[in-house]
Amino acid sequence: MKTSLLRWTVAPALVAGSLSAAVAQDMTGAGATFPAPIYAKWADAYNKATGARLNYQSIGSGAGIQQIKAKTVDFGATDMPLTDEALAKDGLIQFPTVIGGVVPVVNIAGVAPGKLRLTGQVLGDIYLGRITKWNDAAVTALNPGVALPDAAISPVRRADGSGTTFIFTNYLSKVNPDWKAKVGEGTAVNWPTGAGGKGNEGVSAYVQRLPNSIGYVEYAYAKQNKMAFTLLKNKDGNFVPPDADNFKAAAAGAEWSKTFFQILTDLPGKESWPISGATFILMHKVPEKPANAANSLKFFDWAYANGDKMADDLEYVPLPAEVKTLVRKAWTANLKDVALTSK
Amino acid sequence: MAVTLPVPPFDSPAATLQSRPPSAVRRSASWPDTLFSVLAHAAALLTLGLLAAIIVALCIGAAPAIREYGLSFLTQSEWDPVQNRYGGLVMIYGTLMTSAIALLIAVPVSFGIALFLTELAPAWLKRPLGTAIELLAAVPSIVYGMWGLLVFSPILSQFVQQPLQRVFSGVPILGELFSGPPVGIGLLSAGIILAIMIIPFIAAVMRDVFEVTPPMLKESAYALGSTTWEVVWKVVLPYTKTGVVGGIMLGLGRALGETMAVTFVIGNFNQLKSLSLFEAANSITSALANEFGEAAPGLHQASLIYLGLVLFFITFVVLAISKLLLGQLRKREGALA
Repeated sequence: MKTSLLRWTVAPALVAGSLSAAVAQDMTGAGATFPAPIYAKWADAYNKATGARLNYQSIGSGAGIQQIKAKTVDFGATDMPLTDEALAKDGLIQFPTVIGGVVPVVNIAGVAPGKLRLTGQVLGDIYLGRITKWNDAAVTALNPGVALPDAAISPVRRADGSGTTFIFTNYLSKVNPDWKAKVGEGTAVNWPTGAGGKGNEGVSAYVQRLPNSIGYVEYAYAKQNKMAFTLLKNKDGNFVPPDADNFKAAAAGAEWSKTFFQILTDLPGKESWPISGATFILMHKVPEKPANAANSLKFFDWAYANGDKMADDLEYVPLPAEVKTLVRKAWTANLKDVALTSK
Repeated sequence: MAVTLPVPPFDSPAATLQSRPPSAVRRSASWPDTLFSVLAHAAALLTLGLLAAIIVALCIGAAPAIREYGLSFLTQSEWDPVQNRYGGLVMIYGTLMTSAIALLIAVPVSFGIALFLTELAPAWLKRPLGTAIELLAAVPSIVYGMWGLLVFSPILSQFVQQPLQRVFSGVPILGELFSGPPVGIGLLSAGIILAIMIIPFIAAVMRDVFEVTPPMLKESAYALGSTTWEVVWKVVLPYTKTGVVGGIMLGLGRALGETMAVTFVIGNFNQLKSLSLFEAANSITSALANEFGEAAPGLHQASLIYLGLVLFFITFVVLAISKLLLGQLRKREGALA
């Protein structure tokens, strides 16, 4: 009896002791929900390759920023980049990981994916409640030959605060002056019209359910649900479809060498999709746990080197090679104590 | 005849204990007694402490918004995270309105269910039907939400909203009440979903209290020639009104606090454009669930916590009113006696 009791108490302790070596390898991150699937996939593959484990909590960009400022995690993740001043104030550095796109989707009987053409001006006016019918002259002028019904438009948008909304409203603010004056940009805004769905899945459920609706979702959702995405007119004046190449073209149009504070909306480029965006990681320049910070950097370094295929599989767009080089340079410049010394 | 409420015999166990002669067994059992008493006191104090802690935490969290807006927060309808201006009227209105619609529907239906189960249903039907209604209470709220969005709101839109709009378009007040985009999302659908969710609670409580009405009272009434309706209205209901009001308040409490199901069908629209039942709106719980995760620290978060405090207050007022109501009812009984 005594010995078996001993065995039951000592054995777990021994196991725990042997595990603590692995625990030391672990890192924690929290923030944006948009990149959570790819971080999970990278973390799983990284765990198999190296044994190190990542604990990532997708609690939202805003919460991610708060967590890293409070130093409760090794890195924060956000879809809404912080300005350089904000970074400097809290001693943070910021770097992008993957690129994605926000896609307007419609549910109009007889309109197939990629058939409807919109401009930023028209999209803004729809969400301002100014264009209320699909057969409005402003819409039909862009779409000769497309049969648009005499039906009220039901705009759908995110009810929860979200990086997707930030990218979308940032785009509308750039291309529609009235939008900028009346609503503005942010993870949550004072929507003048429309019903709100919770999360990308909520918006896509609404759009699929409501006839004559329009919504905006992450590219992956539009693609997986085979929703009727629209073409958008980009800065160069071309109507482009949302796809990986066009998100990449948008990323190529940004001036990464100046700062990583890049919002990839309405950027120049013949193929560039106008509502693209990168998602970012935030870390402290002088982390409280340098070992964990170094682990995190090693993880992202590994993901840059080995994670592109996985990103593709999940409909994310990997960073262009030159941006990765810039990020690695930024690491060595700003994180001297923790940078990839063991590499 | 004064109908006295059944008073549970609280004093009887104590009486039996005291009547027992003190014995060695009793003395040796005193430490579990002490322990039990300490634990029970601790549990009660813990509840009170938690309640106080929640109120304090809400007040501290909401302090920036309370300082900024004071009570005007309750009357302002603008909710603009970009300009950092917040007012809670839309959400407060949505919460009260959806709960009111829910009660309006749920109370008569629950009454009917309870009445049928206790007075009218054949014996073989009572159990399965009662169980079915209790099962409704076990359905997770998100299921109601998804069902509401995907199944119920199209039906509501097609067979209720659009005909109503056709009939009442142009009629001054009613036309306004039924206006709005024909999508079946808004205050009314949220209220109806809430009603479906709280019916099992109210009906179960009503049935249970109807069942404790002494058969002698009912049979006496029947013997005097009362109809079933008269028996229920004049004997059963007066006898059980405390329980009935309690059940309704339980349902109202659930309706006020329900989040997931409401957020699916209410439309989450933070503007008070019209008083239409079909206009998308928002409720306090839905706004909290949606916005808290991404709310910037500062005024946005404080305003959301302020909303939480308001909901706390509304719930408190509802409870207080129900207690007052019961007190009044009892007093009137005293007068009758």
